[in-house]
Amino acid sequence: MEKHCTDSRVKGVSTGTTILAAIFDGGVVIGSDSRASIGGEYVSSKTINKVIQVHDRIFCCIAGSLADAQAVIKTAKFHLSFHSVQMESPPQVIAAASVLKDLCYKNKDELQAGFLTAGWDKKNGPQVYVVSLGGMLISQQVTIGGSGSTFIYGYVDAKYKPNMTKEECLQFATNALALAMGRDNVSGGVAHLVVITEKGVEHVVVPGDKLPRFHDE
Amino acid sequence: MLEEAAPEWLSEEVKTGTTIIGIEYDGGVVLGSDSRVSAGETVVNRVMNKLSPLHDKIYCALSGSAADAQTMAEIVNYQLDVHSIEIGEDPQVRSAATLVRNISYKYREELSAHLIVAGWDRRNGGQVFATMKGLLTRQPFAVGGSGSSYVYGFVDAEYRRGMSKQECQQFVVNTLSLAMNRDGSSGGVAYIVTIDEHGTEEKVILGNQLPTFFDQ
Repeated sequence: MEKHCTDSRVKGVSTGTTILAAIFDGGVVIGSDSRASIGGEYVSSKTINKVIQVHDRIFCCIAGSLADAQAVIKTAKFHLSFHSVQMESPPQVIAAASVLKDLCYKNKDELQAGFLTAGWDKKNGPQVYVVSLGGMLISQQVTIGGSGSTFIYGYVDAKYKPNMTKEECLQFATNALALAMGRDNVSGGVAHLVVITEKGVEHVVVPGDKLPRFHDE
Repeated sequence: MLEEAAPEWLSEEVKTGTTIIGIEYDGGVVLGSDSRVSAGETVVNRVMNKLSPLHDKIYCALSGSAADAQTMAEIVNYQLDVHSIEIGEDPQVRSAATLVRNISYKYREELSAHLIVAGWDRRNGGQVFATMKGLLTRQPFAVGGSGSSYVYGFVDAEYRRGMSKQECQQFVVNTLSLAMNRDGSSGGVAYIVTIDEHGTEEKVILGNQLPTFFDQ
């Protein structure tokens, strides 16, 4: 059985990782694990935060090469704030996602980073976008990424329901991250979650010992 | 335009890139598999039954290289027949699993197949054994094949000790359905075998009768 893990072929520090974003009734939850590793053999950070704020109500999660992702996000933040000044209003979530997509697509030969973008804007409410490695941009209601995501496709397909409440969605996201961290050796640490609604932004950190435990053989 | 020299499926190795699962309950076991056999990107058999009988109440689920898995199952079937005549009664599930393990360990460099062995015997009831690459371990449930990666999270979350026969069957069907939806090398129909003291029941669930889940 072969498992192709793109993260393990990334040189240098990679975020062999699990990231997730899901829309609920009135907002969106975006979250990740907190492990950064080198080649899957050494954990270089146990508490890295992979959920990055790019604007007041727009957050991104990164997967792939940490260096590439940080560089792209830095550029994207600049473009986005300039765009927001020009438009004289907060940027739409799709604007943030498009900026990331442009950078990933135009530099696809050099970069190895993928993003989940989640946020809330006045025009379209809560949204989740995926920018893949080569620069594809699609909108989804729930999405997962990173090396740990392969293990939770079945769980997410089975358990995600549209229009959940905030509490149900938080529980769903925490469970999914915990399950992935339990099976993927390059995901782990704590679960970082961010809840974004019209009212504002809420950070939730679930430390390792408080994560839900499942059947452990 | 470039011309293809020969169809890819003639030269690609035939794999049962697959999803297989075995689970025990109090009184028996349930084994399940999908039905897709692929050679590279082509599906060469969309209805193959990967649940192979080793004895009346012992079955194995095949995954990995189709040829290796089938051959292992046939050899163990023969060896078990001989063994059961020698001891004069039905063989234990552990014996069947040990025979599979002996082959897969001895030839671990050449073979690339993973068999899950499950069945019922009088001494220990329902048992499931995993035998990947020469390891032998008894587990309450086991998943295998390329599609199993996608459902580790689901089975970790949903498995509970002490499920009934119907709950186990539903668990197997749900798991197979989720894996078949996500894994390109798994698909087709679902085969389920339930083995208990009273006998062996084989069932096929057609593709359109499988449970559906959230689809974007």
